[in-house]
Amino acid sequence: MSNQEIIEKINGFLVDEFEADISLITPEASLKETLDLDSLDFVDLVVVIENNFGFKAKGEDFVNIKTFHDFYDYIIQKVNQPA
Amino acid sequence: MNRVVITGIGVYSCIGQNVDEVRDSLFKGKSGIGFEAIRKEMGFRSALTGILPVPNLKDKLHRRFRNSMPEEAEYAFLATDEALKMAKIDDAFLDNNIVGILYGNDSTARAVIEGVDVMRQKKDTTLMGSGSIFQSMNSTITMNLSTIFRLKGINFTVSGACASGSHSIGMGYFLIKHGMQETVICGGGQEVNPYSMGAFDGISAFSVRENEPTKASRPFDKNRDGLVPSGGAATVILESYENAVKRGAPILGEVIGYGFSSNGGHISQPSVEGSARSLKMSLKDAAISVKDVDYINAHATSTPIGDMFEARAIHEVFGDAKCPVTSTKSMTGHECWMAGASEIVYSLLMMQNSFVAPNINFETPDEDSAKLNIVSKTIEKNIDVFLSNSFGFGGTNSSLIVKKI
Repeated sequence: MSNQEIIEKINGFLVDEFEADISLITPEASLKETLDLDSLDFVDLVVVIENNFGFKAKGEDFVNIKTFHDFYDYIIQKVNQPA
Repeated sequence: MNRVVITGIGVYSCIGQNVDEVRDSLFKGKSGIGFEAIRKEMGFRSALTGILPVPNLKDKLHRRFRNSMPEEAEYAFLATDEALKMAKIDDAFLDNNIVGILYGNDSTARAVIEGVDVMRQKKDTTLMGSGSIFQSMNSTITMNLSTIFRLKGINFTVSGACASGSHSIGMGYFLIKHGMQETVICGGGQEVNPYSMGAFDGISAFSVRENEPTKASRPFDKNRDGLVPSGGAATVILESYENAVKRGAPILGEVIGYGFSSNGGHISQPSVEGSARSLKMSLKDAAISVKDVDYINAHATSTPIGDMFEARAIHEVFGDAKCPVTSTKSMTGHECWMAGASEIVYSLLMMQNSFVAPNINFETPDEDSAKLNIVSKTIEKNIDVFLSNSFGFGGTNSSLIVKKI
């Protein structure tokens, strides 16, 4: 899967599952504020990541994810990590 | 003591998805029963069920609310939204007054099963998602509705088997009567999915008249062979009379009597003595005689034994008073945890529109039902006072009496 395909897949579930306004999703926008995420939403973020990419994110993984760009990078890195 | 009145009703059921549709179905004697093929694949003896769509609330509620709601909470939301509008209770009222909620519910089977399936398959609890816990608790309806409507009063679920909805209204009535609450949202909700009904089917409680779905639910008829499961939700807004008058709310009726009892006997078999005790207690609480009751909405579910016991109990209490009796379950099927509330809504609609809805499929009386005045075709009749029975597993009984104002 190319990086662009991964980004499109992420944007797809953010719109479908989190009902995000696609026009507000820009690389430098804040993930938490744009999606209005609370602690329960992060649990559901873990679920959609697992459903779409087959790995389970850990709570501490989100500490350094501030922007959508950080989020894309994190997923791309995990997807491309050797098993 | 406060007088307790009903200022709003709402309903989402297999005979209509709002009060107007349901009123028309009741008048026409329309059945909401159908055949759901998937149940046969799942090993059901009977694939008969009330047929109603699961609502899509995407345009009505934020994702975060919906995430915590199983189908029964969705039904209850729609019924409650309708009831609040009818009662002229808006956001400002909810924000500035102490409004409570007591709602009947006694299962969350689909949410529990689907959550546990994920845990078993993935060996991980986080992957069950954040909504699973709130969907799986038996109090899911009250926890969801109290959050959505920002309620500040009494807030818990009443679990009394198939009398849950009735007891919720009874308890709301009690709290308002004694001055502890001014306004309480009462009701009952019932999931309709096959998971919630498999074990009930397993004890051979359901009708197997699968070739004639609309004729399968036939309470009091000699040839009945079991109940048909169904569901949805119904809401009744209770308020003190004083409060309702003060704010100019519509008054649909007054709750004047609540009776209850426990059989203290078999887990599934009813009892004449226990049922009769509930009936007598409601009449005593209402301070009326049997001659004052214009209509009885029976609990009768279409099981051979249950209907027999109720017929005997009604006859014991009412004697030869010949009050019209019908079971609306002949049209709706057995709405279980919802039934005690929906049947108050159905009876109120009859009271408002001066008719008695038929006990459809009542063709041949048996020895016990022959002693009652069971109405099989719609009749036009003024109803000033009605009584509604609800009985449940474990021998829990509830009887409510409502009067026209």
